[in-house]
Amino acid sequence: MAENQGVLVYLEHREGKLLPIALEGLGAGRRLADTLGQRLSCVAIGSNIAQLASQAIAAGADRVYLMDSPELADYQPDIYLALMGQLVAEARPQVIIMGHTDTGREIAPRLAFRFGTVAVTDCVELNIDNTSGRLLATKPVYGGNALAVFSTDTDPQVVTVRTKAMAPAVPNASRQGEVITPAYKVEPSVVRARIVRRVLAESAGVKLEDAAVVVAGGRGIGGAEGFKQLEDLARLLKGAIGASRPPCDSGWISDTAQVGLTGKIIAPELYIAVAISGSSQHMSGCSGARTIVAINKDREANIFRHARFGVVGDWKKVLPAFTAKVKELLAS
Amino acid sequence: MNIIVCVKQVIDPEAPPSSFRIDPATNRAEMRGANPVIDPYGEYAVEAALRLKDAGGAKVTVISLGSNLLREVVKKPLAMGADELILLEDAAYDGGDSYSTALALAAAIKKIGQYDLILCGREASDTNAGQVGAGVAEILSLPCVTLAKRLEAGAGNLVVERVTSAGYDVVEVGLPAVITISNEIGEPRYPTVKGIMAAKKKEPLVWKPTDLGLDASRLGSAGRKVKLLRLYQPVYEGRCEFVEGQTPEEAGANLAIKLREAKVI
Ligand SMILES: Cc1cc2nc3c(=O)[nH]c(=O)nc-3n(C[C@H](O)[C@H](O)[C@H](O)COP(=O)(O)OP(=O)(O)OC[C@H]3O[C@@H](n4cnc5c(N)ncnc54)[C@H](O)[C@@H]3O)c2cc1C
Repeated sequence: MAENQGVLVYLEHREGKLLPIALEGLGAGRRLADTLGQRLSCVAIGSNIAQLASQAIAAGADRVYLMDSPELADYQPDIYLALMGQLVAEARPQVIIMGHTDTGREIAPRLAFRFGTVAVTDCVELNIDNTSGRLLATKPVYGGNALAVFSTDTDPQVVTVRTKAMAPAVPNASRQGEVITPAYKVEPSVVRARIVRRVLAESAGVKLEDAAVVVAGGRGIGGAEGFKQLEDLARLLKGAIGASRPPCDSGWISDTAQVGLTGKIIAPELYIAVAISGSSQHMSGCSGARTIVAINKDREANIFRHARFGVVGDWKKVLPAFTAKVKELLAS
Repeated sequence: MNIIVCVKQVIDPEAPPSSFRIDPATNRAEMRGANPVIDPYGEYAVEAALRLKDAGGAKVTVISLGSNLLREVVKKPLAMGADELILLEDAAYDGGDSYSTALALAAAIKKIGQYDLILCGREASDTNAGQVGAGVAEILSLPCVTLAKRLEAGAGNLVVERVTSAGYDVVEVGLPAVITISNEIGEPRYPTVKGIMAAKKKEPLVWKPTDLGLDASRLGSAGRKVKLLRLYQPVYEGRCEFVEGQTPEEAGANLAIKLREAKVI
């Protein structure tokens, strides 16, 4: 049971660089490892990834496991899962942290079940219980209407963390750590669900995840036409376009524009929500914004509980005048 | 093709957040004034199954686990066009986590015996955990594809489009397999009048723990791996400044001025 030791962070990376979620995982992991007085390890799987080790060590890792091989160049969940299983059986960490991303959502629960336990997914806070030394994982439930604190007696304690919820590690190039190539075996026979093609939906302009300003529309926009108007405003503010789920489901805008619990989690400086009611599931994706501005015809709409500034009115009348005035102010 | 869909009854996730309450005595949540519903992502999974049935013929069996299951709620998949309904209904199943729930569902699936495809929603609207599908796959040693937005049956396999944050992956998987379904699959159909009538007449099978050969100590709250230590509602201060105007247009312009003054733009 509680004989496992240390914290293991799964590193997501692209083009030789750690992704922000990896730095967030390392930031949280370092804090937990320090509290436990134990080691922070991390693992990267891929091809040509040796340069990740120094980045991870600078970001707080005491030990980096590298599984670096040309046959691991492409993400295959069944292989990555099997490799994680091999490493966890060998390294026996108490805590495993993955991102609540495409990869973590898929792998963490299956990994946990393989070790006779379950994960706590989409955590927004991680702490160590002072007396028991067990991980306390806080996650939103009921679509964000409530928060739940979970713990387990079984090791490993597997969690996925929500993007942008954990303070990222601040790199310090003078930190020391060790790099280990663990013994592992890639068995092609474990692949029973094979990714044969990865399709990228092209998005013109600023990426939603990175945008400082996001202009988002909801069901009340009523059609693809309306989103053109939102795009005008987004362009003016050098921002990106977002949406609640109904516009995506209705095909008014790309599925990749969905903000929320089951869409993207973003934290822009400014989030302008137009004709969005502010369901808890939607707010899960944007409540990290510094300033939320809402335009909605219903004064009682939940979005106004989160917004800093609001206008009660029909967006068809409010928005064009707003956009025109913004344009004028930005020009002056 | 034999398809099994796992779907549960939940408090209505679409009810306004202001109606959400936690009963401190039981640590349970409720939506005041809103009736329970079938879990939305489970409903998408039912829809995915029915589309495969429409395309090539299939028998669709639905399993729902819980206690105090309202028949008019859990029969909705039947009314939509599913063929059979099995209820794992007993107090012993109550209060489970993804672990004990997946264990019971896997046992029920084994008992059904014939299956090519098992579908679950990508995550339930109450727990938001997204683990039961993965767990069922691991327990039954089946392949698993999550977050599907399209399914197409091939010869002994299935081509699945899996939603990613940047687009989608095309995944090929052999059968039997477990697939979890996302909303991008498209709106679930409405039950037809004929479907509703047929569902009314249909009696679900009810399987107790003994029918599954599982000891109650492994089920529901007794079989949990994660303990719920605390459940609480976050508080929002609600300090919205409403910007007014003589007309909606003027309010819009005033909003821009306000944001400029506040250095937001
Ligand atoms: C498990 C689960 C996960 C989910 N994940 C997500 C998610 O990731 N993201 C997400 O967004 N949703 C998600 N949902 C759906 C969510 O519950 C809501 O259904 C959805 O967010 C509602 O979107 P909306 O606010 O655009 O629509 P509505 O709630 O219908 O609100 C429309 C708003 O527009 C206003 N309006 C209408 N016309 C006008 C007008 N002319 N001018 C001004 N205002 C107008 C109305 O007053 C209303 O407030 C999820 C649901 C579940 C169960």
